[in-house]
Amino acid sequence: MSHMTLETLGAAAARDLEAIERREKPLTPKERLAVVAQEMPTQDPQIRRRTMGEVALGYTAEQTRLESLRCLQCRNAPCVDGCPVRIDIPAFVKAAADGDFQGAIGIIKRNSLLPSVCGRVCPQETQCQENCTVGKALKDPAKSVSIGRIERFVADWEREQGKALPPSVKPETGRKVAVIGTGPASITVAADVRREGHQVVMFEAFHKPGGVMVYGIPEFRLPKRIVEAEINALKAMGVEIHTNFVIGRTRKLKDLLDKDGFDAAFVGTGAGLPKFMGIEGENLVGVFSANEYLTRVNLMKAHDFERADTPIFRSRVVAVLGGGNVAMDAARTAVRLGAEAVHVVYRRTEKEMPARIEEVGHAKEEGVIFHLLQNAKRIVGDDQGLVTGMECLRYELGEPDASGRRRPVEVKGSEFIMPVDTVIVAIGNDSNPLIPRTTGGLTVTKWGNIVVDDTGKTSLDRIYAGGDIVLGAATVILAMGEGRRAAASINALLKG
Amino acid sequence: MNRILAKTQLSDDVFMMKVEAPLIARERLPGQFIILQIDNDFGERIPLTIADADAEQGWIMLIFQAVGKTTHLLADKNAGDCIESVLGPLGQPTHIDRFGTVVCVGGGIGVAPLHPIVKGMKAAGNRTIVIMGARTKSLLILEAEMRALADELVICTDDGSCGRKALVTEPLKEICGRVPKPDCVVAIGPPIMMKFCAEATRPFGVRTLVSLNTIMIDGTGMCGGCRVNVGGETKFVCVDGPEFDGHKVDFDNMMKRLKAYRGQEDHAHKQCHLEQAARQKGAAGA
Repeated sequence: MSHMTLETLGAAAARDLEAIERREKPLTPKERLAVVAQEMPTQDPQIRRRTMGEVALGYTAEQTRLESLRCLQCRNAPCVDGCPVRIDIPAFVKAAADGDFQGAIGIIKRNSLLPSVCGRVCPQETQCQENCTVGKALKDPAKSVSIGRIERFVADWEREQGKALPPSVKPETGRKVAVIGTGPASITVAADVRREGHQVVMFEAFHKPGGVMVYGIPEFRLPKRIVEAEINALKAMGVEIHTNFVIGRTRKLKDLLDKDGFDAAFVGTGAGLPKFMGIEGENLVGVFSANEYLTRVNLMKAHDFERADTPIFRSRVVAVLGGGNVAMDAARTAVRLGAEAVHVVYRRTEKEMPARIEEVGHAKEEGVIFHLLQNAKRIVGDDQGLVTGMECLRYELGEPDASGRRRPVEVKGSEFIMPVDTVIVAIGNDSNPLIPRTTGGLTVTKWGNIVVDDTGKTSLDRIYAGGDIVLGAATVILAMGEGRRAAASINALLKG
Repeated sequence: MNRILAKTQLSDDVFMMKVEAPLIARERLPGQFIILQIDNDFGERIPLTIADADAEQGWIMLIFQAVGKTTHLLADKNAGDCIESVLGPLGQPTHIDRFGTVVCVGGGIGVAPLHPIVKGMKAAGNRTIVIMGARTKSLLILEAEMRALADELVICTDDGSCGRKALVTEPLKEICGRVPKPDCVVAIGPPIMMKFCAEATRPFGVRTLVSLNTIMIDGTGMCGGCRVNVGGETKFVCVDGPEFDGHKVDFDNMMKRLKAYRGQEDHAHKQCHLEQAARQKGAAGA
């Protein structure tokens, strides 16, 4: 498929919208289904392979209205059931269709605090858009109303118009809440708790706040200025942020409550230690966790060879292990850093890949090569300890497992060597032991995730938790949902 | 921002700095380290050990060797200047107990992190033997401090300019051969020194702790860049360490991993010297 520019897509949408606006009668459901599904304008794949700039450029205003007109305004709104924070999707899409972008973003913000982020990184195809009646009627889930893209447009529109005002804050209550971490769950808690007039202090181990949105998700998928805007909004509300402060070490969690005068704490420290496979050769030079690889580039700016002091491995041929968003991010980052070939190696088939469909599509457009039903068996190196290749094994799909997915089964004797100089491991994270180890009485699962009740409270009084430290690896929107729940519980606690 | 309170040059390229860091000074224990970053936009994060601290006065002491770009930039700073980011204290503190006789071996700059451990071991009631080594006399650090703490002090230099002309492993073997043999050895220094200290004590079966300093970014368990092979298992130096059983550490793999970015680091280091020379020339011309 040839690449369509923003101008082409925007002009086509403007013509179509004008034709619709000239009509006197509103669109019938059949006519709505006939409106062209709007494609997301993107940077040309050949150009973006060499830049960190955002790939998806965002709809034009006309595209946004046209896409919104595709919505059938179903009375039962199945899309809302697919949304972890239950945004009133038909209402905001209706406002967007009418060109009332301010109204649309207002409706979203009743439930979501990070629409610019979620519009970009939510896995909509398995959430709101999976249930969309339009996709069902057209027998193609890819033809569902692009709810996320509409959300992104109205959120960006509000920010760019300078209309994104920080939420109002009630009079000071004199109560004080500590928020550990500054990722999506923590940002949500900070905003919701601060709104009630409680003092909020956030603690971040890195030198910049934003958590996974800053160190993990690359600029080409989520520009850092958007995260900065969210952080600045918190600061404008009066939230205090301490960077270079690691709870458990710089200060113990319980000391915050017992000695430092905090009335409650929320732990949103995110996913922790990167998992490795436990195979031979995984500590060779040239094997990285995706966390390390992405942090070097996103947070430490190692791609800026001239200015950044943090080095990055100069790879020629890269293998990325895993099939999630993090694997796609790592593979696409390696492309941008100048690797000659980047391979994604995944044990199951493309259908089972947890990555967003859009990210897999973008990776393919950028030349990433996919090896499905294969897995690493060991990594081989030379006498300097440098990676020279990865021995892989082929798989085939066997009987369904407990999850109903057909289990990949090894094909005996199918080993082969893939010559690579870099292996990036993106198979998930174990939980970080720092807070559980230094906080007596905090109950964790056998995987080390903090256990919370249905109010978000941990086994310790006045201590709440949410996001990846509770869920294991999840998404921004789920973290935000957890944050909202915990914030509501904290606000209730402090009222009493 | 953390202000530098005092700076002393200990040798050609070794510096001692007192840095204002009241929170770290309050919580830190022997064996722990910090990560610092000089420029939050483009600087790199490097781990440095804590040589001493004063909780009441709110400072920590860093002793470092200017070996790369960041340590050079740090060495160029003076009392009154600030360091943008200092994170800590990181890592598991040293297990300090009343073991009996403890031999503390420090090589080069490794004497710095050893200092609080010797202090701690001494305070816990151990008979403390200190072996410190350096290439040459001018590179020996904290000699007076160690002399004041140790029940027995052995100094070695490679060239014999001070103390014995020997590697630290020589007196270490002799002490391990005494009856009764020491109860515990703590060795901190260059990887090759720690490797050979572990080899020296292995035949005597004396428990030997080593403190590893590997490549790190966050220092809180998130990147895994610091991982080492310990007894066949992958461990993270930042959260599982920095101290490990020296008899189980795969030093050869660790030394190869430390060289991962050598080319780029050497280039940055060279640039840094060129820029420094240009600045000095500019200053001389002005």
